[in-house]
Amino acid sequence: MTAAARGAAPATMGGKPLPMVTKLAYRNLFHDRLSLIVTLVGIVFSVVLVAVQFGIYLGSENRIAAMLDHTEADLWVVPYGTKSFDDPALLPGREKHAILSTPGVASVEELVVGFVAWRKPSGGATAALLVGSDTRTNTSLPWDIIEGSVSDLSAPNAVGVDSTYFKELGIEKRGDRAEINNIQVTVHVVTKGIRSFTTLPYIFTTLGMARQLLDAAPDQSSYAVVRVTPGSNIEDVRKSLHARLPDAEIVSHQEFRKRSLDYWLFETGAGAALIAGAALGVIVGVVIVAQTLYSSTKEHINEFATLRALGASAGFIRKVILTQAILSALMGYVMGIVLSLIVIYLSRDSTLLIVMTPNLALLLLALTVGMCVFAAVSAIFKVTRIDPAVVFSR
Amino acid sequence: MALQPILEATNIVKYLGVGAAEVKALKGVSLELMPGELTLLMGPSGSGKTTLLSILGCILTPSEGKLRIGDMSATGLNSEGLADLRRRHVGFVFQSYNLVPTLTAQENVMLALELRGVPGDHVGQAAFALKQVGLSHRAHAFPSKLSGGEKQRVAIARSLAGSPSVILADEPTAALDSENGKGVMALLSEVAKDKGRGILVVTHDHRTLSYADRLIRIEDGKIVGRARRRNRGNAEAEAHA
Repeated sequence: MTAAARGAAPATMGGKPLPMVTKLAYRNLFHDRLSLIVTLVGIVFSVVLVAVQFGIYLGSENRIAAMLDHTEADLWVVPYGTKSFDDPALLPGREKHAILSTPGVASVEELVVGFVAWRKPSGGATAALLVGSDTRTNTSLPWDIIEGSVSDLSAPNAVGVDSTYFKELGIEKRGDRAEINNIQVTVHVVTKGIRSFTTLPYIFTTLGMARQLLDAAPDQSSYAVVRVTPGSNIEDVRKSLHARLPDAEIVSHQEFRKRSLDYWLFETGAGAALIAGAALGVIVGVVIVAQTLYSSTKEHINEFATLRALGASAGFIRKVILTQAILSALMGYVMGIVLSLIVIYLSRDSTLLIVMTPNLALLLLALTVGMCVFAAVSAIFKVTRIDPAVVFSR
Repeated sequence: MALQPILEATNIVKYLGVGAAEVKALKGVSLELMPGELTLLMGPSGSGKTTLLSILGCILTPSEGKLRIGDMSATGLNSEGLADLRRRHVGFVFQSYNLVPTLTAQENVMLALELRGVPGDHVGQAAFALKQVGLSHRAHAFPSKLSGGEKQRVAIARSLAGSPSVILADEPTAALDSENGKGVMALLSEVAKDKGRGILVVTHDHRTLSYADRLIRIEDGKIVGRARRRNRGNAEAEAHA
């Protein structure tokens, strides 16, 4: 052990001597700094990989559910077989009046959603997802507006787009013009940060304009967003709606949200790939930590044999190794989480949304400690099988 | 009233190895350690000294025979029970010191105090133990900075921590020069004056004879000679006789 390492070791904790378990674990850990560095690199790699994978997963969830999360609804009336918000079709028509006449319904908002071809001013076209809402009553779509206001969408042929899609849509600023399905539109509203999971740009407009652009009947919509009256039983209202609208599906807000998430994250395999990446990170972390902890234990095996000969219980020795594992985990976690936050900060303007939440940070902490404790099993197995008689053969 | 043995081993037999490689390392050894005495166990290599020491220290279990330390029997104890017996009653001094290299001299002693569950101020008690072996000034030195003699003194201080009733020393002078060897034996001899403690020293070193109260010779797994001296210093002559 280097003198520097010894000098760095704390001798007391709040004026009281550190318990020997902690002191031994700490000193063993810092005894070989190279091993410690390898251990920490393994943990940091694992933490960053898992943080980024879970962060992308959460970011994907946010993007998939963004439209739903910005729409206040108790129930959604959707065309049969709708897999997600971004998988639109048109309802047969005249649903609004049927819904409003259902007992327990407080209000209904229609949304018209459909794929359109956006022709760029400079030539060329790209696919986009048009979202039409009643901008007189529904002021929640779009959100995060940086130029203009929701009411500006009421202007003739007005649309709203997100600034992060400007390049893809071939425009540069508010006021630029383009064509949707051969009808000229003008950008009146600019938002920032409303991106879809599918990467297709959202184009916001009024209900009427959307119907015109999608060639839908005046009483047709893609979704009907239902609010129930306070005190009403949502399940009863759903049953009533189902009886009145046999050609549509009635799903609760949470069901539709979950259906959308399940479709994009699991049916497409995207989420499974992210979870597999996170699992890979955990596996790599476990292997590296287990290997270095095992090596460290082997290196200190004579000391553990001496402890055993001096009467240390197996529990005392297990505590030393587990404390080593937990100290490694805490150091690696702090470094890993800092690095993850840097990665997230650097990727803030990229197309990839990586999210870090307090819950994810806590989950990562638990995962890191769990991973290191699990990795300590092989070292504990080795050390508890020591024959203390070896102390006489050296 | 006659003093009771502090350690009593009766008809200890130990088989080592299995199958064709099995050897009978101890062939019915009986011995007692009396309080206030330093006993030397001498014998040639392969005579069973270390095996016997391991059994007396509750590190190995005998294949046959009985072992009692203080008022506790070691018979039938599992590894945790034996560890508990060692914690309560046995202090070790090893040939190669076996100090924990990442702990200072004082911390090595404190470790033993903590393992033995000794209550009170461990820092003060460790400092006192180091003072007893004349190493107060080296309390904060790591083993790598200590000489062989100093390391063995720390090991003795560690073995004394918690006042175990039996101290077993395995070739404590083997790695030391003559002067340090004498110093260590003088220290063990001093420690042995405590009437609550018995010391057994396994050694090849004939220079240690003058410190012994009793001498036991072992050969081929059997006790072949015992000697007791009336006054410390005569054991060597008695042993030769």
